[in-house]
Amino acid sequence: MKKAKMELISIQGRRRLMNTLTQAGAMLTVAFGLFWLCWILLTLLRNGLPGMSLKLFTELTPPPGSPGGIANAIVGTFLIVMLATLIGTPVGILAGTYMAEYGQTGWLAPITGFVNDILLSAPSIVLGLFIYEIYVVLVGHFSGIAGSFALGLLVIPVVVRTTENMLKMVPNRLREAAAALGTPQWKIITMITLRASRAGIITGILLAVARISGETAPLLFTALNNMFWSKLTQPTANLPVMIFDYAMSPYKDWHDLAWAGALLITLGVLGLNILARSIFKQKPLGR
Amino acid sequence: MANGSEVLIEENIIVGSTVSGSSRPRTYSMADQLFKNVTRFFAFLVLLLMAAIIVSLFMGALPAIRKFGIGFIGSATWNPVTNVFGGLVPIVGTLVTSTIALLIAVPVSFGIAMFLTEMCPARLKRPLGTTIELLAGIPSIIYGMWGLFVFAPVFSQHAEPWIDAHLGRLPLIGLFFSGPPIGIGIMTAGLILSIMVIPFIAAVIRDVFEVVPPLLKESAYGLGATTWEVTRYIVLPYARVGVVGGIMLGLGRAIGETMAVTFVIGNSHSLHASLLMPGNSIASTLANEFTEAVGRIYTASLIELGLFLFIITFIVLALAKLLLIRLSRMEGKRS
Repeated sequence: MKKAKMELISIQGRRRLMNTLTQAGAMLTVAFGLFWLCWILLTLLRNGLPGMSLKLFTELTPPPGSPGGIANAIVGTFLIVMLATLIGTPVGILAGTYMAEYGQTGWLAPITGFVNDILLSAPSIVLGLFIYEIYVVLVGHFSGIAGSFALGLLVIPVVVRTTENMLKMVPNRLREAAAALGTPQWKIITMITLRASRAGIITGILLAVARISGETAPLLFTALNNMFWSKLTQPTANLPVMIFDYAMSPYKDWHDLAWAGALLITLGVLGLNILARSIFKQKPLGR
Repeated sequence: MANGSEVLIEENIIVGSTVSGSSRPRTYSMADQLFKNVTRFFAFLVLLLMAAIIVSLFMGALPAIRKFGIGFIGSATWNPVTNVFGGLVPIVGTLVTSTIALLIAVPVSFGIAMFLTEMCPARLKRPLGTTIELLAGIPSIIYGMWGLFVFAPVFSQHAEPWIDAHLGRLPLIGLFFSGPPIGIGIMTAGLILSIMVIPFIAAVIRDVFEVVPPLLKESAYGLGATTWEVTRYIVLPYARVGVVGGIMLGLGRAIGETMAVTFVIGNSHSLHASLLMPGNSIASTLANEFTEAVGRIYTASLIELGLFLFIITFIVLALAKLLLIRLSRMEGKRS
């Protein structure tokens, strides 16, 4: 006790110093993080904005050296992502419903939850490899549909997780009140609990769409790329792979198109994220 | 104070719903049974998916597994001409780049989370937090492009000569830091990866920090603790579980990341001690070579790499999950 009193000042000084140092450190890390990200966004704007023109949205991807746009890639991305969402969402919602509403007993729900969390962070390129193995090889050629399957696999775990979390947040009173009125369980789930968590689930779907719109790796071996308009049964042009191919090429005008595409996709993804956020304001997702 | 107890009550309700929802006695009608089984089927489908991924990758890799056996992991040869393949270079590249990424990203993310939860003026809190969350969603190909066109030239002109001249001279660790200033390589890939995962890890840690009951923190502040002491001795121990989970998730992301790495790693199948030299990661090898691979063995070797990537991330994520479950049980016992 006495010793502590004697060292009081030096201890206080040390504590204050430590506090100042760590606070300064924390501010530095914020500056560090923001520095890179501002740099990236500014680069994106500077290189992407000059390419923004009507031609970008109306013309096909050109051969090197001639003018053109990325209309086919924009439409292709849109179609592939839409189909992927249509494939992934129902699976995700139904699986998530089982886990939240029936999953309290039995082995299936905990194991599926575990596996789902791993799928949620699984490397997306492996999912592309998987679809290549089971679909592209079978059909014999790359196609937009294969791309949609690969992206759909990314949608499923996100939607499962949000559906489960949102349903678990629905107060049990609602279920009990409905059950007391003699409502069958399937009606309780579809008409009451799923409806009560609608906003959260839509947010989850939007976040999933935002995530897959920028995904490149799963499309490399599935949708591939195409210089022309194509059906989804053929290799289909899409923004991410177009950006990858064009950025890796040695041609200056292809680089410019890649930057314009990169800006478009970033704006799209950020827009979707903001939309999701505005639909579901009250509570943070997932946790 | 009131806030804290409200949170507790809410938690009880949620826990209650999961427990009491099960044992409600109920006469199941046909429709009920049908609905239950349909949802059960889809839950099972998710499980099946995981099994199918592993099985199909294994089947695809089988020719390479048969031909090269266990030696595949230890061999640095990658020769499409003679059809001899080994996975050492990409596997090492993946592990090294993710390690560099985490070494930088974890302390930075921790600092950002500490700033956001304990130091940030209330007015800045929301906009800054939202910015970080939004940045976590930027597609990784953007980071890769920026890395190739903007970062790599700057890095090779200004940073790499210095690293080579100063760190490269040091005994022992100098080996890792000497080399030509080409801008692309393992080090660049690791740096870009770290920039990419910072917003992700920071957002997770921030979320976890925010769950710490204000009551605890205010008690510590009331006793005269400094901001650092509150973060170090109150917030961090309380949130440890989530922090570890967030870091592991970030690691999983870094390991499997394709586009941010492919642009800047240099796509070279030779093994160097120096981090300034070009290399390869599993994901970048797949992205660069898979569509151009000719022949059964070449394709199978690439798929085997994919299988390894999946197994490595599976182990990391499963460990994270198990650790979290165990820690949260311990936490439950203590309180």
